[in-house]
Amino acid sequence: MDDKVAHPRVSPRTSATFDDYTNSEIRRAASTGIYDIRGAGAKRKLPHFDDLLFLGASISRYPLEGYRERCGTEVTLGDRFASKPLQLKIPITIAGMSFGSLSGQAKEALGRGANAAGTSTTTGDGGMTDEERGHSKQLVYQYLPSRYGMNPVDLRRADAIEIVVGQGAKPGGGGMLLGQKINERVARMRSLPEGIDQRSACRHPDWTGPDDLEIKILELREITRWEKPIFVKIGGSRPYYDTALAVKAGADVVVVDGMQGGTAATQNVFIEHVGQPTLACIRPAVQALQELDMHRKVQLVVSGGIRNGADVAKAMALGADAVSIGSGALIAMGDNDPRWESEYNALGTTAGAYDAWHEGRDPAGITTQDPELARRLDPVVAGRRLANYLGVMTLEAQTIARACGKNHLHNLEPEDLCALTVEAAAMARVPLAGTGWVPGTPMG
Amino acid sequence: MNAPQTAPKRQGTQTLDLGELGLRAVNSRLQDISEGSNETTWTVSNPMGQHAIACGLDSALSVDIAGQVGFYCAGMNQEAEVTVHGHAGVGVAENMMSGTVRVKGNASQSAGATGHGGLLVIEGDASSRCGISMKGIDIVVGGSVGHMSGFMAQLGHLVVCGDAGEALGDSIYEAKLYVRGTVESLGADCIEKEMTPEHLATLTELLARAGMDADPADFRRYGSARTLYHFDIDNASAY
Repeated sequence: MDDKVAHPRVSPRTSATFDDYTNSEIRRAASTGIYDIRGAGAKRKLPHFDDLLFLGASISRYPLEGYRERCGTEVTLGDRFASKPLQLKIPITIAGMSFGSLSGQAKEALGRGANAAGTSTTTGDGGMTDEERGHSKQLVYQYLPSRYGMNPVDLRRADAIEIVVGQGAKPGGGGMLLGQKINERVARMRSLPEGIDQRSACRHPDWTGPDDLEIKILELREITRWEKPIFVKIGGSRPYYDTALAVKAGADVVVVDGMQGGTAATQNVFIEHVGQPTLACIRPAVQALQELDMHRKVQLVVSGGIRNGADVAKAMALGADAVSIGSGALIAMGDNDPRWESEYNALGTTAGAYDAWHEGRDPAGITTQDPELARRLDPVVAGRRLANYLGVMTLEAQTIARACGKNHLHNLEPEDLCALTVEAAAMARVPLAGTGWVPGTPMG
Repeated sequence: MNAPQTAPKRQGTQTLDLGELGLRAVNSRLQDISEGSNETTWTVSNPMGQHAIACGLDSALSVDIAGQVGFYCAGMNQEAEVTVHGHAGVGVAENMMSGTVRVKGNASQSAGATGHGGLLVIEGDASSRCGISMKGIDIVVGGSVGHMSGFMAQLGHLVVCGDAGEALGDSIYEAKLYVRGTVESLGADCIEKEMTPEHLATLTELLARAGMDADPADFRRYGSARTLYHFDIDNASAY
């Protein structure tokens, strides 16, 4: 072979397995000796509501007139046993987020936005603040393993109680609020010293298993005179069995949170590798309710990656009575807004990717306890933005429902849907587009 | 321990027969009594191990329960003085805020869990996780406590006149533990600490309030080494 002949060169090829992100994570681990902790939910590509489409009306289905014919959106949550169920104008609620992980201004804005839209908001790990109660007409009080700030006075002034068994971002995991977010007030509410890391337990301290849960629910009902709806929130782990067990234990409402659901702080490996996508959780939960003859009697709230009215409509078509939003609400209020791009850059990230919510340096003033940063968020303005967002989501869902001929969002049904992928078809148990085939069932 | 299942008869005491009235009616009657009422002394008869008896009380009542109780008796108690003349199931006085709860017999696991205040006295033994995640409550146990007692205990005092099972005070924060007998083992970040005159005075006062005949000088004190207060990768082997 002549050495002077130039050989054609192949392009440098990076590995699909060891891609840039993976390599950077390996280098980070090698450098720091600790796993990555971050906020938000799963960022990987997952089967989701985008993989479903509504079919719309046709000769055999006639639509309702847009802007003219009514399409109802109201929902009642918790009328199985509670004497005072939640009556919401829209089926989109605000998910539990703690004072501590969020600034007081952010919590106030959530309340203001939810009020304006006619829906509920939810406390989080750390207890209920007076401001939160004052700014939320309908407030769900979370009953968490840590029991930080838990007391019977707040229990009675809540409008509903949500027993948190798990959350989608970390089914089976607890949490850790790092010391830099523990100011004097947060520490006092949690009965712990200021400035130290605060572990949120992964198990309840006084019950294990469904039989105990039934007794725990009895106790909470007795303390609150059987007035308050009792929600049971589960992570998207085993939605069929967990839903059935929650119903058996006496829940009024079951909240199922898929792995796209956000968290204030958890190990990245946990967020990305534990739990099931929201899309995969809904039909097993509905199946459990139907088999117990409890569908629509025990309400199902779905959360985890709900972004717009189409997602709302799809979740409800699959059998949910309502949805819950967290990340979307924060974004509406200003989280990860490009207006703070230079400050995100200074933190080594970019707008849209900022997830170091546990560090308390949020330029948008939302996931922080720094007074200077928190002041950047005007609760009135942010509340208005949230109300607008909730309103748009509702209008979008109504638009779709009318196109499917439905005079209430609750009348949407799986038959209104088809799937773009085999995976989504299998998870949602609707036909693959252009076919009558629902994976797992005989060819239609 | 065989605890007597009869309550003492006191003048002006009204009796609520749980077997006849049912749980809701009994709790409702006790919860309805407003501050300043002279209906302050009550006996609950025929408890039959039912759950959630006398939970959510929020006024200065004296309630004697004549027999064994199930889970969560006197849960979230405020102000009331509740005495169980028998044994208690899981989570007695859980998340208690104030007042006094006394168990004449033994208590099952998670006694006084997450309690924020008040005094819980268990004259017999307490099972595992006694005082788990306690947040300011004082607990005095006449007998011994099971494993993982004082787990993640944040504030308050746990006094054990007998022995403590394994992993006492695991992941403890600022709660103070006093044990007279042996400790099978200490949990992560829990260490023996000096018994100062101040601690001795606190212990003496707690024993007196609980009516325990024990010499404070016989006790040893345990608390947090505070090495897990900030996440440090070098501590990973501790858990």
